[in-house]
Amino acid sequence: MIGGRWALIGGLIALMIVAAVASLALGSVPLAPARVLAALAGHGDPVATAIVIELRLPRTILGLGVGAMLGLAGAALQGYLRNPLAEPSVLGASNAAALGAVGAIYFGLAELHPLVLPVLAIAAALVALALLFTLAGKSESPLTLILAGIAVSTLAGAAISLALNLSPNPFAAMEIMTWLLGSLENRSFQHVWIALPCIAVGGALLLYDGRALDALTLGEDGARALGTDLRATRLRLLLGVAIGVGGAVAVSGSIGFVGLIVPHLVRPLTDRSPSAILLPSALAGAVLLTLADIGVRLIPSTNELKLGVVTAFLGVPVFLAYLMRERRLW
Amino acid sequence: MVTIALDGVGVSLGRRPVVRDVSAVLAPGALVGIIGPNGAGKSTLLRAMLGLTPSTGGIRIDDAPIATMARGVIARKLAYLPQGQTLHWPLTVERLVALGRLPHLAPMSRLGDADTAAVERALERAGVADLRDRIATDLSGGERARVLLARALAVEAPALLADEPLASLDPRHQIDVMDLLRAEARGGALVVTVLHDLTMAARYCDRLLLMDAGTIVADGTPLDVLTPERLRAVYGITATIERHGETTTIVPTARAY
Repeated sequence: MIGGRWALIGGLIALMIVAAVASLALGSVPLAPARVLAALAGHGDPVATAIVIELRLPRTILGLGVGAMLGLAGAALQGYLRNPLAEPSVLGASNAAALGAVGAIYFGLAELHPLVLPVLAIAAALVALALLFTLAGKSESPLTLILAGIAVSTLAGAAISLALNLSPNPFAAMEIMTWLLGSLENRSFQHVWIALPCIAVGGALLLYDGRALDALTLGEDGARALGTDLRATRLRLLLGVAIGVGGAVAVSGSIGFVGLIVPHLVRPLTDRSPSAILLPSALAGAVLLTLADIGVRLIPSTNELKLGVVTAFLGVPVFLAYLMRERRLW
Repeated sequence: MVTIALDGVGVSLGRRPVVRDVSAVLAPGALVGIIGPNGAGKSTLLRAMLGLTPSTGGIRIDDAPIATMARGVIARKLAYLPQGQTLHWPLTVERLVALGRLPHLAPMSRLGDADTAAVERALERAGVADLRDRIATDLSGGERARVLLARALAVEAPALLADEPLASLDPRHQIDVMDLLRAEARGGALVVTVLHDLTMAARYCDRLLLMDAGTIVADGTPLDVLTPERLRAVYGITATIERHGETTTIVPTARAY
């Protein structure tokens, strides 16, 4: 499978480059790939340069980064919790980050500076992590962690509903709703600089533990008997999810399903061990979210479609396919 | 070569004491069987030896207290075959057995030639080389048990702790596995195994620890340990014990009371 693994990773990297160039070229003003590449290289015409560098490049970078983070976090959590239904939001990080962002909008703090919202979102994700550790205690069983995650996630969700409920006027409520749907529209390099370091740190923490995730195939005792320090693994994994997913949600809003479906798409192409799907899931997540973001721009509609809406619709057929395979219908 | 020294070991699960005041020195080159009725604390004692459950008293691996040892160090010294292990992902047999090499791998490195050779040896010795490309979760119970034994062998640790390795095996494979465990011990390893089949225990083990209600009630050669009186007291059975030269057969005949 080693050769297969590098072929898969190489293929996904190629797809990612194609998706990235397409994301720079396509939109309300289509540009030829040659003009895009010229603008990237620094000798393009002023119009192309403005569109590509100022408008589309941050959006493309964020699409790749957020998609990679969500795919990787889903793969790592499915491996760690040994549950094919785990996704980045299962431990509450996404909802908590969304709550931080909603708080910033609700209290009008988001208008003070463009960075207030993402910073508050990341802070909320870290607070949720601390709460998760308190609730889950020392137990290493995935069940207690999922239960604690559901508690944290539900609490954050309830607080978001409360903010919507109490919002002073329909416009404030609309602003919150719109943000919650998830989008990469009108993102600048400021957003890139706040999200990318978080995603890099989170991604590194998650990629480090492939070995431990493989060992967990044999259960907690099996993994510990193979030399895995489960406590350190859990700390790295949860920190990685909180920082990485927190940073991603902070700039993109809640984008569901990517973290859930990408590992399922990738798994049949690997040897199915948890470590083997980590990097491919990150790459495939980047491709999927970038393609979805291109779709958002190209599908004609009066309001621009929100990315989170499109990914949710994408998720359903993938799940149906998975279900049919489980039922051995094909 | 590894020696496990137990000194007044106790384990409680919740508030219930499961293992009480167990002392024994398990030296290399021996096949040691732990026998006793259900709930006697056999598996818990095995888990304590691996540092998988907190214990009181002293457990030393080659004179180092287990509580102070890093998990990676323990993993290279003691291979563990848990009972009734669940597999959480549908890995191929070869990939699963290769998990046994994890304790030897540096972070971020891949399996080297030595690891591949160890996996190959383990597959051969457990007689599952022909299953290497099958999905482990699709195997029969007995095949899976042998694959998991191969996984434990692939560690190539100086000690092997196997919890009921004969469960779900047919008679021929039971003999194969016991032959293999004995060969490990003859090769200098310390092999500790929990067994329920008293005939197998008597025939293969160099030493038996008979446990009842969390304590060791007898410790010695199979001939010394397996007496009709003890079987009656500990298991509550009467049994026919027949000796034909080297081989011993123990057939439970009835409840004693």
